Amino acid sequence: MIEAELKNLMIAGLNGDAAAHRSLLERLAGHLRGYYKGRLARIGRSATEAEDLVQEALLAIHTQRHTYDPTELLTPWVHAIARYKLIDHLRRTRASLGDVPIDAAADITAQDDHVGAESAYDLQRLLSRLPEKMRRAIQYVKLDGLSVTEAAVRCEISVSAVKVNVHRGLKALAAAIAAEKSKT
Amino acid sequence: MKTDDLISMLSTNVERVDRGQVVRNVSFAILVGTAAALVAMLFAHGVRTDLSKVSTLIYLPLKLVFTIGTLVLTAIALTKLARPGGERTTPVALVALPFLMIMLLAAISLAAAPSSHWEKMIVGDQWLECLLSIPIIAIVPFAVIIWALRQTAPTDLVRTGALGGLVAGAVSATAYAFHCVDDSLPFVALWYGGTIALCTLAGALLGPRLLRW
Repeated sequence: MIEAELKNLMIAGLNGDAAAHRSLLERLAGHLRGYYKGRLARIGRSATEAEDLVQEALLAIHTQRHTYDPTELLTPWVHAIARYKLIDHLRRTRASLGDVPIDAAADITAQDDHVGAESAYDLQRLLSRLPEKMRRAIQYVKLDGLSVTEAAVRCEISVSAVKVNVHRGLKALAAAIAAEKSKT
Repeated sequence: MKTDDLISMLSTNVERVDRGQVVRNVSFAILVGTAAALVAMLFAHGVRTDLSKVSTLIYLPLKLVFTIGTLVLTAIALTKLARPGGERTTPVALVALPFLMIMLLAAISLAAAPSSHWEKMIVGDQWLECLLSIPIIAIVPFAVIIWALRQTAPTDLVRTGALGGLVAGAVSATAYAFHCVDDSLPFVALWYGGTIALCTLAGALLGPRLLRW
């Protein structure tokens, strides 16, 4: 069962298992890609937007993982985020909401598309819009792979402040993407 | 940006996640909101002066059972509803239960009283004060609760906003009950129930604007 496998990975990830978290995100990326390509094609929008949405959804899934209640199923939680991001995308890019197809939670794992792809977003450019302390925290901890303790020494702040900056920075990154979209 | 690069970034140095965060943030917001509402009630109105009277000791707890019952029930529903997809599994209609109960009790007490008393029982002495105070006192609790709900990634913004308004209204009514000297059940059903419903409506209208993430 896809649900059981994904849920196990999610719970391990919530406990701090990085390998499980990576494998969860990799598998979800495939499902999300299939989901978005299908939805966008149905309303006559270009499939290149799909990859932008895949990345936004992955970022949201990561930054909102604290909202997952392990007593519930994982698939509906992922589907709710994916669909919310789709509706938000269509609203920001001024499509009619009547375009949003009706779908069910199972649709999220119905397809799996592993074409490695690239979005229109430039990470370094987005990062440059973040406040300095968040940008540095993400650079050290998430991109250079330094431990939180090492990053804390370099930034001359506490370990918990680094964690807060990384978390807020990723949320700010999602907000920067949304802002970029509203402009175009 | 390649999706693989994003995944690598997100799965580097993965932190353990505190799963109690949603429940804790919502509870904390309600506590802060309650404190703010009590302070507002004390400064604007003051606690009723007949606290030692027997009738007060019967009717005040009755009012509090209604407002706190609504508060607790809504808060529990909110901690489920406010998460992604929460609208699928949360029986939101249950929060109407205290309202149905108080309306039923109000109807019974009206039926038991002669019709000449009805106007006094329904309109009371301070209906206007009640009508204005509960929504106004609810503003600060509403702001704090919205702050908490912005961290829970709700996907049904109308319903989450509505329950946020409902919680704020119930918090406000709980505080106001310590001041209000109108004790009849029809009064509580109409003016407390009505103003809390008004807060709920305001929350539903503001939700999509305030809760977007």
